[in-house]
Amino acid sequence: MSNVTMTVNGKTVSGSVEGRTLLVEFIRNDLHLTGTHVGCDTSQCGACAIHVDGKLVKACTMFALEANGAEVSTIEGQANGDGSLNVIQQAFKDHHGLQCGFCTPGMVMAASALLKTNPKPSELEIREHLEGNICRCTGYHNIVKAVLAASGQDVSSIAAE
Amino acid sequence: MPKDSGIGAATRRREDARFLLGSGRYSDDISLLNQTYAVFARSEVANGIIETVDTSEAERMPGVVTVFTGEDFVDVGGNPAGWLINSRNGEPMKEPKRPVLAHGKVRHVGDAYAAVIAETEQQARDAAEKINADIKELPAVIDMASALSGSNFVHDEIGTNQCYDWGWIEDNREATDNAIKNAHHVTTLELVNNRLVPNAMEPRCSIADYNSANDDYTLYTTSQNPHLTRLLISAFVLGIPENKLTVVSPDVGGGFGSKIYHYGEEALVLAAAKRIKRPVRWTATRSESFMTDAHGRDHVTKIELALDKDNNFLAFRTETMANVGAYLSNFSTVTPTILHGTLMAGNYAVPNVYVNVKTVFTNTAPVDAYRGAGRPEATYSLERVIDKAATELGLNPTNLRRQNFIKSDQFPYVTAAGLNYDVGDYDAVMDRLEHHADLKGFAKRRKKSEAKGKLRGLGINSYIEACGIAPSNLIGTLGARVGLYDAATVRVNATGNISVMVGAHSHGQGHETAFPQIVADLLGVDPNNVEIVHGDTSKIPFGMGTYGSRSLAVCGSAIVRGVEKIISKGKKIAAHMMETTDDKVDFDEGVFSVRGTNKTVSFGDVALKAYIPHDFPIEDIEPGLEETAFYDPQNFTYPAGAYACEVEVDPDTGQVTIESFTAADDFGNIINPMIVEGQVHGGLAQGIGQALLEGCVYDGDGQLISASYMDYTMPRAADLPSFIVDHTVRTPSTDNPLGVKGCGEAGAIGSPPTVVNAVVDALRSADHDVTHIDMPLTPERVWAAMNN
Repeated sequence: MSNVTMTVNGKTVSGSVEGRTLLVEFIRNDLHLTGTHVGCDTSQCGACAIHVDGKLVKACTMFALEANGAEVSTIEGQANGDGSLNVIQQAFKDHHGLQCGFCTPGMVMAASALLKTNPKPSELEIREHLEGNICRCTGYHNIVKAVLAASGQDVSSIAAE
Repeated sequence: MPKDSGIGAATRRREDARFLLGSGRYSDDISLLNQTYAVFARSEVANGIIETVDTSEAERMPGVVTVFTGEDFVDVGGNPAGWLINSRNGEPMKEPKRPVLAHGKVRHVGDAYAAVIAETEQQARDAAEKINADIKELPAVIDMASALSGSNFVHDEIGTNQCYDWGWIEDNREATDNAIKNAHHVTTLELVNNRLVPNAMEPRCSIADYNSANDDYTLYTTSQNPHLTRLLISAFVLGIPENKLTVVSPDVGGGFGSKIYHYGEEALVLAAAKRIKRPVRWTATRSESFMTDAHGRDHVTKIELALDKDNNFLAFRTETMANVGAYLSNFSTVTPTILHGTLMAGNYAVPNVYVNVKTVFTNTAPVDAYRGAGRPEATYSLERVIDKAATELGLNPTNLRRQNFIKSDQFPYVTAAGLNYDVGDYDAVMDRLEHHADLKGFAKRRKKSEAKGKLRGLGINSYIEACGIAPSNLIGTLGARVGLYDAATVRVNATGNISVMVGAHSHGQGHETAFPQIVADLLGVDPNNVEIVHGDTSKIPFGMGTYGSRSLAVCGSAIVRGVEKIISKGKKIAAHMMETTDDKVDFDEGVFSVRGTNKTVSFGDVALKAYIPHDFPIEDIEPGLEETAFYDPQNFTYPAGAYACEVEVDPDTGQVTIESFTAADDFGNIINPMIVEGQVHGGLAQGIGQALLEGCVYDGDGQLISASYMDYTMPRAADLPSFIVDHTVRTPSTDNPLGVKGCGEAGAIGSPPTVVNAVVDALRSADHDVTHIDMPLTPERVWAAMNN
């Protein structure tokens, strides 16, 4: 077992982990931040997407030890200071961008990473950016709409009706 | 109520906040003090005799608490089939036992034969690898036709791989045969409805807690129907009295059918928790989900369509082999029969229908209901053969469908497949489709695609489905071993707010938002004062859960009945308060009034009085304001629609892209259009996934080739277009008080044939003599079809 220390959602945390402990396991089991989900075992689904040092990362692709000293942010750290939904989260709610909610934290983290580098993405850019995040409920239509809305763009081109 | 909050309003979902903030509570998020971890040892072969299972080394591994094998469950019951289907000759179906852990034989890759319980998940996993099982591999039974003709049996004790040979409707067989024999034209098509893996994003998870002092259990599990799961465990599998078992299904991350069923892992963790007197948990890896969740579809069908000289449909006749896998999952026997055969008249005024289904055991994972469950298979067969007939006869496929539609003035209409369609207007829906999809502009768009070197195709489809399977007295005669009602308890609290405990279970459908819209409308209260409680057998009445697009039509109707009882009792209390009799009291918009006077009392005052009955006439009125209603519908509901898809095909590679997809549906009355549209989008994605991308593949040895997201192609955002959906044609169901139908499965039912029709149309536009390609339409298959 080795000690690991990192900053998660602005708070310094540490723990004792095995070499094989994945970052997502550390986040869920040791830190009890259960908003980050595990949907597969091949790093395909994106339900565990988080930010590590500002970059979008699937938390199942890193060992916890590899994140020693890193700045990690998870879905639990995304809300506004007063606890209300941030712009992206609010857009997901306004546009029904989630159903069962299981892929949602990863989708929000992925969307947030996109908008940081590309503040006005096109519909196609959004769809391509979400390549690593699988949703089985929404057919992506309303997720794409939500991301477009969160970027302040007109969503009428993908209005459903 | 204002339409920004009651029935018909696109109310934003209240459940979203917890999911968006990361504070949802899924089963795997639950952590119990002193918990242990279960990991299963699973068969790596499709068929084999278990000679020995040596657990001694595993038991000595660090952290191991106990180990189970199939021997431990020999004396307990098996997981039963929920529906008895008889063969055409009257013989009952074959029902081999489905044990908690395999004993004697393993019958599919992933079949669990042992389980380790350890202090940590890693320790359990390490120890499970030390179980030394001597399993003698046998040849696998995989191909359905060979399974039926061969003498290698999945279950030796039943001496056949055929579960049943079912005919629907057997009395119509001869007339159908004659209609086909004497027809002007017969179109025949052989097709495969590809096997799918449901792939809810949340893997299954079960956690058992046992209290030895009380001898009672709590099971947290990923279920679409906690009461049904409890009933199966209690009455059939472990014999735990129902009153000693609480089943909790908290937030559940999608189901699509795969979480309807009781699985052996649930029984194992319960038995283990009792043995070690500590909580035991298990969460599936995605690989386990692929190997052990009930799969969907997997039909091989020959369909014939007979037409007269004026192109009127005379008959549909089908012969189907349906794969049921190695064991009968709970609803595996009804899915390819009642839920499939009864829909085989489609939207059409066709006088003859005959459906034959042989259901086949193979050494593969169990196959059961997956989004649509039988209706997608029926729709696919019908809508593909109709398109092929149009091609053969040189007819416009839309016009051929319209000509044969049941017309809006013919309802109620009893079809040749035995269902009584109450209402519908298929032409009106097709009108909406033609408008939204701009079918008139297609020729121009095709030219544009051709200018880019692409082939463009247009596919049209019309579908009907049956939701909210019922009534119990009818399905009982058809072999159901359960009732299919639902239940709601409406509890008006003393302070006037309302808790509604429901049998339906929400795992993405938004019940916590939509159900309060109904209650608020009927009671004239703010929907934010109405809370929905679901997913906990200790809190909710005995309802049957959520599947088959039944929640609103069945459980929503139970809520209506419960609210009606509340109003009725409220009138008695109000009458007492206003010194009159209840027959003179009216209720409207949250206010009780005495007819012809200006006397009123509010709903809140009545609620308070119900719980502080200081001056009640106690012999006439019980205290409290809480009512339970069970609702058993008189009929199915029949959503119907028409879909259009335009594709581009790259002639060099066979790559298909969806250029547009338009869905026009008739769902009757709509409670929350935003949620309805979301359901359609999701169904379309799964149907398009089936048509283009998804396919569960076993090789000849029974190895699961598509066992991860690297091998099983899930639809991703860039595979799909934005959808155009329309639900403005609304013929309210006449069989429930809300006039609602069901919308959860429609998209998955209507879209696969629409896509395939479009691709075949694209290929034919370049003079390829292609009449059918089996799904999924991968580039390889499309290219091969173009290049013979």
